[in-house]
Amino acid sequence: MDGNTPQPVAPAATHDAPPSPASLLLPAILAAAVLTLATAPYWASPYAITMLLPFFAYAIGLLGFNLLFGYGGLLSFGHAMFVATGAYTAATLTGVLGVRSLELILLAAIAASLLIALPVGLLCVRYTRIFFGMMTLSFGMLVHSFLIKFYAITGGDTGMTVLRPTLLGIDFSASPRTAFLIGPFYYYGLVLLLIAAALMYRIVTSPFGLHLKAQRDNALKAQYLGVKVHQFRLWAFLISAAYCAVAGVLLSVRSGNADPEIAYWTHSGELVFMTVLGGFASFLGPVIGALSFIFLRDWLMTLTEYWRLAMGIVLLLTVIYVPRGVAGLAETVIAQTVKKRETEEQSP
Amino acid sequence: MTGILQARNCTKRYGAYTALDDVSLVIREGELLSIVGPNGAGKTTLVSLLTGQFAPTLGTVLFRGEDVAGIGPGKLAQRGLARGFQLVQMFPLLTVAEAIGVAVVSQRGRAHRIWSSLKADRAVTEDVEEVATIFGLSHRLDTRAGLLSQGEKKLLDIASAFALKPQVILLDEPTSGVATADKHTIMRTLIGAAKRIGLKGIILVEHDMDLVAAYSDRIVALQGGRVLADLPKNEFFRNAEVVAAVVGRPPAGFH
Repeated sequence: MDGNTPQPVAPAATHDAPPSPASLLLPAILAAAVLTLATAPYWASPYAITMLLPFFAYAIGLLGFNLLFGYGGLLSFGHAMFVATGAYTAATLTGVLGVRSLELILLAAIAASLLIALPVGLLCVRYTRIFFGMMTLSFGMLVHSFLIKFYAITGGDTGMTVLRPTLLGIDFSASPRTAFLIGPFYYYGLVLLLIAAALMYRIVTSPFGLHLKAQRDNALKAQYLGVKVHQFRLWAFLISAAYCAVAGVLLSVRSGNADPEIAYWTHSGELVFMTVLGGFASFLGPVIGALSFIFLRDWLMTLTEYWRLAMGIVLLLTVIYVPRGVAGLAETVIAQTVKKRETEEQSP
Repeated sequence: MTGILQARNCTKRYGAYTALDDVSLVIREGELLSIVGPNGAGKTTLVSLLTGQFAPTLGTVLFRGEDVAGIGPGKLAQRGLARGFQLVQMFPLLTVAEAIGVAVVSQRGRAHRIWSSLKADRAVTEDVEEVATIFGLSHRLDTRAGLLSQGEKKLLDIASAFALKPQVILLDEPTSGVATADKHTIMRTLIGAAKRIGLKGIILVEHDMDLVAAYSDRIVALQGGRVLADLPKNEFFRNAEVVAAVVGRPPAGFH
């Protein structure tokens, strides 16, 4: 063991080193990705653009979902209930109450999801692993039954209509539906995703984020180091619910309705699928997962009517061969490339 | 007789089984107290009582004069009692800097800062580097805890407890599972660190009698859930009967 003699150290040497090629690579890739998305409406097909709308929605929802799962170690099988909360808030506000401002709808959806997530979270965060999963699954099914049974409020199995909202107070009801979706609404979704990602990055790199990860790795040891395990799990649960509610609003505006299927447990399963596919160990894993999932499913649907089977096989192969997901795979490839280049530079 | 931490007539029962039977114990300021005894003597139960993990069935636990029975590890840590662990798979996915940072964040009351950047917090970074240097881990700051050697894992576990700047620290076999030579290094590092931060007391739960003999001021021997002996080190090792009970085989008829 070479680590036992206290050594004079110069931490500055490691911390203020010039940025390595690897640390510049990621910002470059991110900038390119944002630029690609920002210009997409000018060169991509309208069909591809409408596919990116659910991507924005799911990417936001999963960033929240992964705070709980990847950083908090709590795998929920019921988060579709919060997506549904967002969708039904949008439907109630636009269709019943006549509120058309998307900003107000988003705020109301976040408030509604917190209202539901608080009691549900209080009960669920006392458990971990399969017990937490089963608890959230039950609450998710409860919300689904409510949406189906309370016909007078929710429209039962036909759901509710979501009218076109105004964006930043601007009314787009005169433009054709597709023009609205691939134009203003597309950019609204993109900006919302960027804001949501920036906020989430702030959260996971905060002292709170560190304590959340500590309780994931070892809850008892974390408690002895002063981590408020249950309280911080609850916070993560609330934040994840709010993110999923925002996702629900965006999904429902795009589809024009809120359907009880959105609360069904298979939809919760899809959230898990996307996160695992993208890689829950990486910050951007869920975002990549949402993108991969949406285009993969679309592609498989054009190939075969047994696309569900094919998706199942993809999930299986991911779990077995790429447990860190697409993002983990990309990280490994990038790390190896950088390493290779560095060794080439060192050798004459 | 008052001390910084004490258990008064503590009994802990699990159903019909009595794990601890009327145990009293005091740790005085500036002291290294070792708790020894064969497996099943009640050492781990006593540790859990002293660290507030659960309350005794009967009796009280006082820390700095306040009743802390069963108040929970988090609150006790806040008041100045830290604990190290026997099995050290602490935070396998966190780096060394993060693992120490968990305690520093608690100690500095930063945990609720959900919007601030941890990396930009100079005070936390400096504390982490200071603690890492004391424990010889400063060259490992960016290494994941799960990838450390067994000895380094032990040091990291103790280092994180020290980072809370506690008054008293309780260590459950801090050197189990490491080579004999490294055991002394760990003990010397930890005693050096204790002096440096002005620790008021160390409680050591230990099987290795060489370590107990080398570093303790006082020794409490448990057997069958009772205090068999509570003696200064020199008297303890002169008492052949007690030493035999702790080191030797359990007497016939003992389950």
